[in-house]
Amino acid sequence: MLSFLSRRLFVAFCVCVTVSALSFALMFLSGDPAIAIAGAGGRAEDAEAIRIAYGFDRPLIVQYLDWIGSAVTGDLGQSIYFNLPVTEIIGNRVGVTLTLGFISFLVALAVAVPLGIAAALRPNGWIDRIALIIAVSGQAIPSFWLGLMAIVVFGVWYGMVPISGAESWQGFILPVIVLSYYAVPELMRITRSGMIDVLATDYVRAARAKGLPMHLVISRHALRNAVLPLVSLAAVQLGQLLSGSIVIESVFALNGLGRLAWESLLRSDLPVVQAIILVLSLLYVLLTTCADILNAVLDPRLRGAT
Amino acid sequence: MMLDIRDLRVSLPTERGLLNAVRGVDLQIARGQTLCLVGESGCGKSLTATSIMGLLTRQAQITTDRFEMAGQDLTRKPAAGLARMRGRDVAMIFQDPTSALNPTLTVGRQLTEGVMRSEKLSRRAAEARAVEMLERVGISNPAARLAQYPHGFSGGQRQRIMIASALMGRPKLLIADEPTTALDVTIQAQILQLLGELQADLGLSILLITHDLGVVAAIADDVAVMYAGRIVERAPARDLFVRPRHPYTRGLLAAIPVPGVTPRGSALPAIPGRVPGLIGTLRGCAFRDRCAQAAPDCAADPVPRHGIGAGRFVECVNPEEAST
Repeated sequence: MLSFLSRRLFVAFCVCVTVSALSFALMFLSGDPAIAIAGAGGRAEDAEAIRIAYGFDRPLIVQYLDWIGSAVTGDLGQSIYFNLPVTEIIGNRVGVTLTLGFISFLVALAVAVPLGIAAALRPNGWIDRIALIIAVSGQAIPSFWLGLMAIVVFGVWYGMVPISGAESWQGFILPVIVLSYYAVPELMRITRSGMIDVLATDYVRAARAKGLPMHLVISRHALRNAVLPLVSLAAVQLGQLLSGSIVIESVFALNGLGRLAWESLLRSDLPVVQAIILVLSLLYVLLTTCADILNAVLDPRLRGAT
Repeated sequence: MMLDIRDLRVSLPTERGLLNAVRGVDLQIARGQTLCLVGESGCGKSLTATSIMGLLTRQAQITTDRFEMAGQDLTRKPAAGLARMRGRDVAMIFQDPTSALNPTLTVGRQLTEGVMRSEKLSRRAAEARAVEMLERVGISNPAARLAQYPHGFSGGQRQRIMIASALMGRPKLLIADEPTTALDVTIQAQILQLLGELQADLGLSILLITHDLGVVAAIADDVAVMYAGRIVERAPARDLFVRPRHPYTRGLLAAIPVPGVTPRGSALPAIPGRVPGLIGTLRGCAFRDRCAQAAPDCAADPVPRHGIGAGRFVECVNPEEAST
């Protein structure tokens, strides 16, 4: 386990370095950042002054090390638009997105996993058919439409929930439902197919031949093996949910990361964009690393145990 | 009788119609005896074994006239009765030991979980029995190996572990579905020898499914030859090898090369034609299209069954005479 852990963490570290280099390079992708900051009407002298003020005249490697050095101490630079520390701006917005993402993820898992198991136990049975309908509609209906319809029906017609904003917890109900609805199909289908595969294996037959009752066969023998692919998928899905949905946050007027990224792009507020990309990439690295470690805990073959 | 089944029928619904995979099988095994069920792939031998364990899919339709096992009459409520007997009175081992052990659980856990539940044994008592059983099947240093996972063992060792696992509940009947097919030849011989020893020590009855007549010769007391879902010949093992009566059995035996007898480089005799499809009803002898001795009578239904002495019968219109 120890050698697996150290190998996996080393890989994660390498990915982090690559990711940070890429997001640093983004700054220069759209041309000379000094000219971008100076604006369309800026003179050459202004650009030159900005170049010196921001340190763009130094060698790239020095700039990168300087940037990454401050990044690890929590300083992600200044927003050009707000003229505030980027960390502070992201900090103000991240709560909404994390809350929405985590709750939606838990709701999606709570729906998808039992549904997938029930569907796998009787393929083509009525539960399986309902699950299929949910999966297909979830993948086919655009989220902005579903979000707007949910607002119209439950917010406007029935007035059961607030139609926008995150001032009260009720404001999260509709966005959580809509967001988790999009995470359910994939999670459900991978649970179902994993369970169907595992239920057909000899070791499940052998477990039944031992006289174990069906619920133990499923929970102890089948589920443990069937969740391995689910863990990997769930990590990526959680990453998507936590990185904030531009559409959902816009439809429900939630001030989360997704909207901040979108607005910052429109304003050419590169330090903010760069910081969001860095934070989200590192989040993905963290989540996939955790998923791999969790899988290794579940499956001894992965951690090289005997 | 440890096992007495009459007229077992198993049908599976398929897209092309009802597949009548097992079409009236009778099986009797006495205490401490080994019955080998032989036949080619698809003849229904594995389905027969799996249905005796009650491990077939829900879709399978199973009927019997009589079903007695280990002194219990299961004819009326096979599902409920089998649920109580699985892992205790009757146990099963499988063809591929690499896939019959759960890769994510330790060997100790897989050995003990059955009896901890069925006999309410403590973990300590169950582990003590697991060590005893592993020792018995020839796994060295068993106590230390309980904590290991299946992938740390070789194929032959895993089959030994499967056998130990099957023995945990002290069964009276062991169903072995091609237990040596996935193993190489020297390991095959060791496993067969082990099964023989266990049988002598524990008084086990064994139903062994195989397509390998070499395995039959090594271990069987009685043999039942299965073809297209029916037992076409049943005999004590020695009699079957000496005097096969059914044309199909003769064909099977003729297809085995014998060193010194079969001429070098000559083609082995094969049974011409293919196994009939089993969807829908099949009337008359299922083997007649491939049979050299086929006559118009062979279409008669049912096929006459000739009893020849104790425990021996052949289902054929024109069985070979005893003199051959």
